[in-house]
Parts: sequence; C-alpha cells; structure tokens
Amino acid sequence: MLKKRIIPCLDIKDGRTVKGVNFVGLRDAGDAVELAKRYVQEGADELVFLDITATVEKRKTLTELVHRIAKEINIPFTVGGGINSVEDARTIIKAGADKVSINTAAVNHPEIISEIAAEFGSQCVVLAIDTNLDNGEWIVYIHGGRTPTLLQTVDWAKESERLGAGEILLTSMSNDGTKNGFAIDITEAVSAAVNIPVIASGGAGTMQHFADVFQQTKASAALAASIFHFGEIPIPQLKQFLNEKDIPVRI
Amino acid sequence: MIAIIKYNAGNITSVKNAVERLGFECIITDNPDEIMCAEKVIFPGVGEASSAMKYLHERGLDAIIKSLRQPVLGICLGLQLMCRYSEEGNTECLEIFDTDVKLFPSTDIVPHIGWNNLYNIKSPLFDNLKVDDTVYFVHSYYAEICSQTIAGCDYILPFSAAMQQNNFFATQFHPEKSGSVGENILNNFLIL
Repeated sequence: MLKKRIIPCLDIKDGRTVKGVNFVGLRDAGDAVELAKRYVQEGADELVFLDITATVEKRKTLTELVHRIAKEINIPFTVGGGINSVEDARTIIKAGADKVSINTAAVNHPEIISEIAAEFGSQCVVLAIDTNLDNGEWIVYIHGGRTPTLLQTVDWAKESERLGAGEILLTSMSNDGTKNGFAIDITEAVSAAVNIPVIASGGAGTMQHFADVFQQTKASAALAASIFHFGEIPIPQLKQFLNEKDIPVRI
Repeated sequence: MIAIIKYNAGNITSVKNAVERLGFECIITDNPDEIMCAEKVIFPGVGEASSAMKYLHERGLDAIIKSLRQPVLGICLGLQLMCRYSEEGNTECLEIFDTDVKLFPSTDIVPHIGWNNLYNIKSPLFDNLKVDDTVYFVHSYYAEICSQTIAGCDYILPFSAAMQQNNFFATQFHPEKSGSVGENILNNFLIL
C-alpha cells in the first residue's frame, strides 16, 4: 500500500538551515547536510530544501550545497526558493536535486511549469502555493508570502496541474507557525480538485495534527519544519502514532 | 567498472552517487565501447519514452543494449524501455521483456509517487529484503505483470515492480532513492 509521506522542510540561508515563524523572525537550526542525514536515519520519506538566500552571488552556495546533499542523501529531495527560470531549475537538477519547487515564477510566467516538465518530466515539478484566508477566500500569495495575487487557490492548483505540475506543495500562511494544525478545509478542497499528489504544509504542532490531515483530506504527504528541527516531534514516534491509527506510513 | 548509460536530460548523477556510496567505480557514458566493456551496465530512466528511444536509436545504443551479455539493470523509464511497447508517445521499445507499458487509469492520483511495498519477490536482487520494506516509486506509466515479473506492486492495479530476463534486470522503483533498502538492492545487483 502506498504510504503517506512525512517531509521535513529545511529553510536554507547561506548554506545553513533557519526557520521563520509566520515568515519572519529567523532562528538558526544548524548545518543543512548534517540535519538532512539525521532525518534520513530517523525515517523521513523525502526532504525539501527551501532557499531563502536573497542575493544572486550567494545562490552559488546553494548549488554547491545541493551537490553535497545529493552525494550524501539516499532519499528524494526537492529544492525550491528563488527559482525564476528554466535555467535556474536546470542548474539545481543538474546539481543533483530530484525535484524543484517553483512559486512566484510560476504565477508570473505559468509556462515555466510546462517548460520544466517538458525538459525533465512532470515528476520534477513541485508547484508551491502559499495561500492565505482573506475575507473568507483562500488567495494565492507570492514573494515569500508578502504579495497577494488575484488567484483563487483551487483555481490555480487546477491550472498548474493542467500545465504539467507533478505535485502541489500547499502552505497555509494563516496556519504556518501557529502550531494549531494544518488548514484542513483548503487542503481538502485542493486535494479533491486535482489528481496529482498534494503536500500539506503549515501549522503542524502535534502528532494528532498529522493524523487529522491524513484522515480528513486526500493529502499524500505532510510537511513541517521547526517541530522536527527542535525535536519536539521525533519522526519515528510520529510514524508509530500514525501507524497505530491505521494511516499507512513507512516504518 | 560500472557503466551508467547517459541520456539527454534529467538527474542520473543520483545513480552515480548511489553506486559510489557503495564503493564501486562508475562512469556515465553513451560511448558504445565503454558500455560493451563494462562489468555491469545500469540503464537509468529519465524523461519521456519516445524521445528517450529516439536518443538511443540515433546513437545505435538500442542495438547495443539488446546485445549486452553482462548484468544490466534498468531503472524506472529504463524498465519501461526494455518492454515491447509503451503507450507514452506511442513508442516501440527494446522488446527484452514480453509485456507492454500503459498509463495508469485516473481512478486515483497519478503519478504514483512515494514508498510502496513489494510482493511475490523472486530474485537474488532482493536478498536480505524484509517483509515490511518499502521502496520509492515515481511514475505515471506501468508495465503489466508477465512471466518475467520478479516483484509485484499494487497501485490502482497490480503491476511489475521488477522484472528479469536472463542477464537483464529492471526495477520500476528507484533503488538509488530508496534509502538503505534501495542500497541493499543496488548492492545485490553490483555483486551479482
């Protein structure tokens, strides 16, 4: 039986991991490759590395880091953050990433989804959506959650699937950093609207939150960051908990 | 020396990294002499079936792959290209395995992405595999079960997770991305 995936997300700045709460206020959470190896040992099913480095010259550090990760990590990993062109995606994939996640660039130039999919296959393209509940409507945000768009989240998810996205990484900004649980309603709406895997993200604070999102939505995977980095929820314990609730996980 | 057959696109360095982690030397090549002389050949799969077959055909690699006598391991699209025919791009393939490749029906999420179990395993490729072990899949097309199937998997329907015909082995999953379980399978191939 296909397992539900547990995915730690490592926010990367200048080659090290950090985690923002509600997208501001960063805390250092250690060396990326060492942390990644720890997660592999603990049973993480995949890893996501999100680069929040601002400057172009420091992006080179990311490529070198991706190269190091690929040498040492034997599970799939996705790299995202600041991928603005097919050329950026190519650089990251050639350095050894299995998938790239694209966000702002896909909203501004949707054809980038099709272009990356045509070159590397849909399975390489993770469409990241940052969404916020504004006046009762789930709206797509870009620029790391700073800029609202006119896009409705479910519409954009469907459009990205049509363009060739292989997965959707759905982050609820309204929930991110709150530790009050995943945004069940929009996760269910998106995962019911598309026929590609949806990764739920934002808001995980307890093991029950993971059970909720898998039992109440069609999400294929759940992603979290700080609760894993600071050892609040050890991955083996989380998987044991989900297994006892008859949620299929890789133990 | 292990030869990994080079393709036009995609992430095949991950296969090279995995082989090197296991302590074997390898090269990524589309040079026919290097492929024919290698102790073992890995035929990874990336991209789309018809363009991959076109790439192989233009370099004469289709005939070379079929003529190999050393152990060969196809991975993912590699497995699919070793079948008779693929619905993807309406592609005539290498006909090493006696089965066809079809698109998953959309009654569940496609592609099949993630960790899944194997069953009915019968090959030295799976020595030391435990009952609950899982491997990592990512694919939208599948090879039907046939007499050469050496491991099955269920997703939407039963399909071939691995196949073998004489010296030709193939896995639909990615051993290079399947953690320690995948490393064991890859190692089993490399020490054949």
